[in-house]
Amino acid sequence: MSETTSQGGEPETDPDGDPGRYHLRLYVAGQTAKSLAAMTNLKRFCETHLSGRYDIEVIDLLKNPQLAAGDQILAIPTLVRRLPSPLKRIIGDLSNTEKVLVGLDIRSRAEQP
Amino acid sequence: MPDQKAALTLPKTPTGIEGFDAVTYGGVPAGRPSLICGAAGCGKTLFASTFLVNGATRFGEPGVFMSFEERAEDLAANVASLGYDLDGLVADGKLAIDHVRVERSEIEETGEYDLEGLFIRLGFAVDSVGAKRVVLDTIETLFSGFTDPSLLRAELRRLFGWIKDRGLTAVITGERGDGQLTRQGLEEYVSDCVVLLDNRVEDQITTRRLRVVKYRGSAHGTNEYPFLIDDKGISVLPVTSTDLDYAVSTGVISSGIDGLDAMLAPGGFYRGSSILVSGEPGTGKTMLTASVIDAACRRGERCMAFVFEESGAQICRNARSIGLDLGRHVESGLLRFEAARPSLFGLEMHLARMHRDLEAFRPDVVVIDPISALRGPSSELQATLLRMIDLIKCRGITAVFTSLRTDGSIGQGDDLGVSSLMDAWIKLLNVEANGERTRTLYVIKARGMSHSNQIREFLMSSEGVRLVDAYIGPAGVLTGTARLVQEANEKAAAQLHAHETERRVRDVARRRSAIERQIEELRASLEAAEDEEDLLRTEDRLRAAHLEDERRELIARRSAAE
Repeated sequence: MSETTSQGGEPETDPDGDPGRYHLRLYVAGQTAKSLAAMTNLKRFCETHLSGRYDIEVIDLLKNPQLAAGDQILAIPTLVRRLPSPLKRIIGDLSNTEKVLVGLDIRSRAEQP
Repeated sequence: MPDQKAALTLPKTPTGIEGFDAVTYGGVPAGRPSLICGAAGCGKTLFASTFLVNGATRFGEPGVFMSFEERAEDLAANVASLGYDLDGLVADGKLAIDHVRVERSEIEETGEYDLEGLFIRLGFAVDSVGAKRVVLDTIETLFSGFTDPSLLRAELRRLFGWIKDRGLTAVITGERGDGQLTRQGLEEYVSDCVVLLDNRVEDQITTRRLRVVKYRGSAHGTNEYPFLIDDKGISVLPVTSTDLDYAVSTGVISSGIDGLDAMLAPGGFYRGSSILVSGEPGTGKTMLTASVIDAACRRGERCMAFVFEESGAQICRNARSIGLDLGRHVESGLLRFEAARPSLFGLEMHLARMHRDLEAFRPDVVVIDPISALRGPSSELQATLLRMIDLIKCRGITAVFTSLRTDGSIGQGDDLGVSSLMDAWIKLLNVEANGERTRTLYVIKARGMSHSNQIREFLMSSEGVRLVDAYIGPAGVLTGTARLVQEANEKAAAQLHAHETERRVRDVARRRSAIERQIEELRASLEAAEDEEDLLRTEDRLRAAHLEDERRELIARRSAAE
């Protein structure tokens, strides 16, 4: 697992990257309970389903408020799937694993139990 | 309207929207959110943009436009029609625009969340330009993007609290909903100031109206006020004074027609009075007003003509035929024509336009040609005209209204009169006789001055408008060629009479000289008789003396002989 706390300005997409690779960005605002829960849930979930083919970028908007507009962030926390395209937004503390899987297209809606 | 002193208690932020600041005694509440609501297309976004642009350009208050509907470039393009340069303001650091895109299909909710991101974005935008003003347009869009309305409501409440804490003056727009002012009941949260915009269609004519529903802690005008949006921005027509307390003037202005001035005792109309010129088509109403305009502009006064049937250029051309050069006055800036078809706007909109134009141009004389062209329900027409007259009168402007109705009423088929609202009424009438029509003119009334009660013939020629006394005599009132014929007849008769008198005078003179001659003859005879008488007397005396001598001689001779 790799975690980068980006300060912004890094290239947003990597067209030459592995098509199966997940590039995820989690927007939080300070160390709130919801943010911490989202981070914990995200790590657990990625280890389970995307082991070895994902990277997570956590952006704290309290430190970098200028980044909020670029990804159209309103709700906190928001998880943005930058790769693979299309871009997806998942809001909330990611406590509903089923919905996260559907939201990230890891499991299609038809496969839901 | 309520007393203005109450307005001083609450700090206000002027919107710079003409009329709105007057209605609210200063603008929206400073440091608080205000709600602008209304149906689609009624001008909410333009109202909000004007608030921001005026803040940045006129009041030195930078602003943030947070758009939930339009993208920044679309917004800039839309308000460019009002002459606002959003991009320029953004470049100058006076304005920040943030487009918040809410797309339901892109959002998956997976647990608890809040809208801290919105706060951060707004806070960042506010800090980046040092904003004092904020617009949220239309924040209710959030309800389509998120599934938890109770959470949204809590967050909105928090947002408005945050705006107040930051001391930002905010304008929040909301779409009109069923049974309430906004779809999501935003008026519950933004309760300091609520303004309702409305766009009503009556008889296929749209009128925009604005009403201040609520203004906590401040007096405000409670009526519905018409407002308009055009290339000069938004302007609201504030309540017109219904008090009859105009300052009156005793100054007199000339109508530009000598004959008409002569019919009025002071030699013209009172300054600031309302004059109705009524008459059928083709009686010369517009040319009469053209004379008034020309006279005013020659005096160096500013003149404004609201024309509903012809263009300004056409009136200028037509006035040239009676020797008036109105184009010269247009060029010199003393005269302005505002031409619009009556059906282009509703009555209220005409009033609002007129109000704005009067404010901007500040004329001394106004011409409205014709008021009978205005269409609408008769009750509304009467009220509109009343307000129009008030609007003009309270500014001390002399107004000339023309009407096609000769009986002084407004529309076809109703008997509401405007004549009673007017200070002076000139009636133009076509008289048909002897196969020709003649223009005639009466002064029906002229308040506060004695005036001629006689008919005048109204002549238009290349030398201008001229009034001629009509023939009034035993044969009745005659005009046109009949008047000319009658005058010729009278002239002939008078000549005949003069000849006759002369003849009789000569006759008498002749007789008198004959008598004088007779007297001379008699006197000569008398003298002859007197001469004869003298002669006889002398002869007699001589003879007597001779006889005496002879007798004495005889005596002497006789004595000698003895």
